[in-house]
Amino acid sequence: MTLAETAQADQHNGGVMTFAADQPLKLDSGGRIDGLQVAYMTYGRLNADRSNAILVCHALSLDQYVASSHPLTGRRAWWRTLVGPGLPLDPDKHFIICSNVVGGCMGSTGPSSINPATGAPWGLAFPVITIADMVRAQAMLVDALGVKTLFAVVGGSMGGMQVLQWAADYPDRIFAAVCIAAAARHSAQNIAFHEVGRQAIMADPDWRGGDYAAQGVRPEKGLAVARMAAHITYLSEPALHRKFGRELQSDGLSWGFDADFQVESYLRHQGASFVDRFDANSYLYITRAMDYFDLAASRNGVLADVFRPARDVRFCVFSFTSDWLYPTVESRAIVRALNAAAARVSFVEIDSDKGHDAFLLEEPVLREALGGFMSSAAHSRGLDADASL
Amino acid sequence: MTGPIIREDFREILRLVKPGSRVLDVGCGEGALLELLVQRNQVDGRGLEISPEGVSACLARGLAVVQGDADRDLDYFPAKAFDYVILSQTLQAMQNPRHVLGELLRIADKAVVSLPNFGHWRVRLDLLLHGRMPITGVLPEPWWATPNIHLCTVRDFSEICDDLGLSIDASAALAAGKPARPMNAANNVENWRAEAALFLLSRKS
Repeated sequence: MTLAETAQADQHNGGVMTFAADQPLKLDSGGRIDGLQVAYMTYGRLNADRSNAILVCHALSLDQYVASSHPLTGRRAWWRTLVGPGLPLDPDKHFIICSNVVGGCMGSTGPSSINPATGAPWGLAFPVITIADMVRAQAMLVDALGVKTLFAVVGGSMGGMQVLQWAADYPDRIFAAVCIAAAARHSAQNIAFHEVGRQAIMADPDWRGGDYAAQGVRPEKGLAVARMAAHITYLSEPALHRKFGRELQSDGLSWGFDADFQVESYLRHQGASFVDRFDANSYLYITRAMDYFDLAASRNGVLADVFRPARDVRFCVFSFTSDWLYPTVESRAIVRALNAAAARVSFVEIDSDKGHDAFLLEEPVLREALGGFMSSAAHSRGLDADASL
Repeated sequence: MTGPIIREDFREILRLVKPGSRVLDVGCGEGALLELLVQRNQVDGRGLEISPEGVSACLARGLAVVQGDADRDLDYFPAKAFDYVILSQTLQAMQNPRHVLGELLRIADKAVVSLPNFGHWRVRLDLLLHGRMPITGVLPEPWWATPNIHLCTVRDFSEICDDLGLSIDASAALAAGKPARPMNAANNVENWRAEAALFLLSRKS
């Protein structure tokens, strides 16, 4: 480890917050989770008046390691384009919190956790969870960390859905909200793609009705196929063409069904490496939570009514031109509802051919626009006078 | 007054907009006017801008701006959301300026609209003498490159306001590098004299 890395590592903290039995997580389904565990990381330091905390919400297949490497796979920090010293979310200025969602498989309570009633992994006995349940668990963590009001809540994709849910459920606890490449409800097309992934998992004989852990097997093939199908939706036709075209792996065609094309080999690799770090049942539960997401459903479909109590929150919404999973029209619906609610909203559609994945990649316009938004929000919050943490 | 050089039409808008009010700048570009309004008039300012570069520049200035198209997106703002809405040198580039004008005074109590005057004597003379679409200081592009697809004169504008039940509460003639000059929009001589014009509008009660 270099000196710089050591210095940065000093600012990292993390662990698992375990909530007592008298603090159950109440679920939208009517059920509850007793003894909830939330695995989290923090970066930077909370200032004296506890006003510089930022919650980062992660996407479907990601985790709490937003600004440090993954302990199991060694993968680099997943949002290193936006979170880090000198970047819009800066651990030198902000106290950055990122937690694994409930239902996940990186230390927070999920279907692979042990069910106290049986002493075995929950499997499909785990209750179905929602985006609002994930956010409720995050609010419990934020409370436990001693933060009353978040300076900002920031997320892309499913993380963006959580940001909107925060605005709906806790408008008084957030100062700014950044929603990137997301939607206020999951579209039929997105539900359809998720269903393909779930069916791939369930079709794997090693899934065993969700009871694979107790039986000592893993539905790796099914989960890999689910990931392969999903991965295509994160890219775009131009991005795939630029990366692979019709390039072959070796000199000629195999006249068989090996991975002749580079794009095949790439997808197989994506699938195979995913199973090392992700749990198949978590994939079922989290995709289900996304499918159930429809923020305006409780307000007769009127999204503006959801946002009316959040009109003092500073919103910033981003979309990408080539994102066909969460296309600009979805972000625009959010922006129009925020305008109708007289909320303070900014919106940029970024020109990129990288598809949905653009939110995780180097996009200078995103970085600069988000940087501008964050520093002006920090100014309004009185954070820039507070440089000496 | 010290500080950066302020465009004369901006100076006139700063004079017209009451401090502390809620303002929407439609077609706010890189936010130069909006920033002045926020800094000098302490307005609660918002912007609407079609280009992503413009919106990014506005965000870097700390302004709240939405990327969007005035022709379509004004419809989504609630009624009376603002005290003022500003449309600076943009109306003539709209697909449907009549609809936009109506929308401006649905979402705000007052509108500040500025536009090039196609009735200016130099425009008329240019067309008369050369028989070609006029190219002047405020209309610098050839016909095939201009974004100005719906040009009008001061007289045309006064008439459409009348049609839409809008009253012109104040108007000024604008010329590059010269202070704004108060004018009477109903006076036909002004339709010859004004190179560009700025209007403060409200709905007739």
